[in-house]
Amino acid sequence: MESVLGRYRNLIILVGVLFLQVLGLAVQVKTGANEGNDTRLIRIWALGAITPFERALVWVQNSTSNVWHNYFYLRGVRAENRQLKDQIEQMRLEQVRLSEDAAQAHRLQMLLAFKEQFISKTVAAQVIGTSGSDLSRIVTIDKGENAGIRRDMAVMTADGIVGKVLLVSPNLAQVLLISDQSSGVGAILEKSRLQGVLRGTPNGEVVLERVMSDEQVQPGETVQTSGGDQIFPKGLPVGTVTKVGSGKDLFLSIRIKPAANLSRLEEVLVLTEKQDREAVADDHVRVRAADILAQRLPSVPDKPATDATPTGTAQGGSPGAAGAKNAAKPSGTIAGNAVGAVKSASGNTPAKSAAAPGEPGKTSPNTTAAKPVTNASADTKPQTSNSASKMSSKPTDTRDIHKVPSAIPVEGKAADPSPEPATQVKPANPDNPAPAPSNPPPPNQDNSPQ
Amino acid sequence: MPITYTSGEQVEVYRFSLPVTIGVPLASLIVQAYVPKYFPGFAKYVDLPLLVTIFFAMARRNPVAGLFTGAIIGLVQDMLGSGEIGIYGIAKTVVGYGASSLGVKLDVENAGARFLVTLAFYLVHSAVYFTVARGLVNSTQPWSWGPGMLAGLVNAFLGVILYFLLDRFKQRT
Repeated sequence: MESVLGRYRNLIILVGVLFLQVLGLAVQVKTGANEGNDTRLIRIWALGAITPFERALVWVQNSTSNVWHNYFYLRGVRAENRQLKDQIEQMRLEQVRLSEDAAQAHRLQMLLAFKEQFISKTVAAQVIGTSGSDLSRIVTIDKGENAGIRRDMAVMTADGIVGKVLLVSPNLAQVLLISDQSSGVGAILEKSRLQGVLRGTPNGEVVLERVMSDEQVQPGETVQTSGGDQIFPKGLPVGTVTKVGSGKDLFLSIRIKPAANLSRLEEVLVLTEKQDREAVADDHVRVRAADILAQRLPSVPDKPATDATPTGTAQGGSPGAAGAKNAAKPSGTIAGNAVGAVKSASGNTPAKSAAAPGEPGKTSPNTTAAKPVTNASADTKPQTSNSASKMSSKPTDTRDIHKVPSAIPVEGKAADPSPEPATQVKPANPDNPAPAPSNPPPPNQDNSPQ
Repeated sequence: MPITYTSGEQVEVYRFSLPVTIGVPLASLIVQAYVPKYFPGFAKYVDLPLLVTIFFAMARRNPVAGLFTGAIIGLVQDMLGSGEIGIYGIAKTVVGYGASSLGVKLDVENAGARFLVTLAFYLVHSAVYFTVARGLVNSTQPWSWGPGMLAGLVNAFLGVILYFLLDRFKQRT
């Protein structure tokens, strides 16, 4: 017997080790330990052994990259800066248009008492590693429980969703990508409003399942989260349909190209806080795109108030303009500025004083500091209440938290969807031919000639 | 082909220092987890922990040491992923045992032998992995010969280079 054991000693040990591992696997499969927390501790130990080195590698790589990009490689920065400024202008116009649409949607939602999830807090984290296996699509990020990250929180980039938090340790977290075959996300096709379940395939592709085969789905259609999985808020971009084919059991197989580049993740956002709230209607009048555009257009330069004083009354301007020439409005916003710029360009509204006629020099901080009345602005066209109402100095809605990725608050900062923060308005400079922003008169103090 | 049969007395058995024994497998796991962040195809075609398992098993020529080396490296690799722990463990245990058993009988010190042995063990590893994944875990991993062979060739080529680098750490017993 001993000779048999000695002779097959290696083989017996092999069988024993394999048996133990098979047993362990069977227990995991039977109890679903992989979905629970049974293997959590052992995985955290393994991660804890690997990730310090990965952190060090990331740090070295970032440092080298920063030194190179910030001190040596600055070619084309000036041109790029110019290009980006142009882009910002375009985006501001687009944002104004979109905020109008959003306001309308909010009003409608309020009518329906519609509850919606809003992203109220996110944590930015850096991807420091992967699983190292093509068969398990997860990434490791450098933030964990200490940063407020918990299991099953949604993870995304500015482009779209990435996955959900699978495992959390104090300073680390593992994120299961949507391309992993064990992931599942509730999704909806943007145009056709068909709902399905987004799953990863063993090849790392992303497919939308559970859409009936008699439905019409076109390649190119965008896919968003449906909110049905209680992890991702509704409306986050998922990707684009690339191929539609017949799947199993009367369902379509819809292949999706993820909006986020899952194979090259650098930084991600973890949605640490969501809010369920009803939509709030916004009564504020918003800035129109045309107003923003008009602000950028050249206008007739303003003359100093001293020149305007003698002609002010005769041309329909404020009799108190002289007294108001030094009264600058304490603060204003892009809204007021923009409209003022329009009026300056068109010259249809005479500037008026905050002070009552006959009381030169008396100003009110809430009323506008008029630009001096000039001959150029002597148009007697009356100002409408509509234009006056647009001069609300409040920015666009600051109460709502946008759910579009570009306005996601990071590190606990609430998103500010206003096109631009309130800016201090300076009195018009007569020497400057550029269109000086002026503040519009309040509607109830319009002293335009009737 | 320079694969020669060698008697047990003729083959040289090597050992490694403790830092190398721990550091090299750890480094392979770190690189395996880090590089796909920048080169996604790396994880698909390269399995550094497998190459390290084969190298240590063949150099030590001790089946028990080989299977334990494979089991530990495989289990850690499983822990870094999201799947069940043990699939890589089983596959690498088999490879470790096989490579060290082969090392006892064959001279695998030259490049040609190493290339073929690595290619063969990569395929064995893949076969065991997919068998376990499909049979025990009910996974739907697809098997395709084309990418599998390509990955095997890539690993074999990389293995030959890696083994020559790691030969420097060998210590004669």
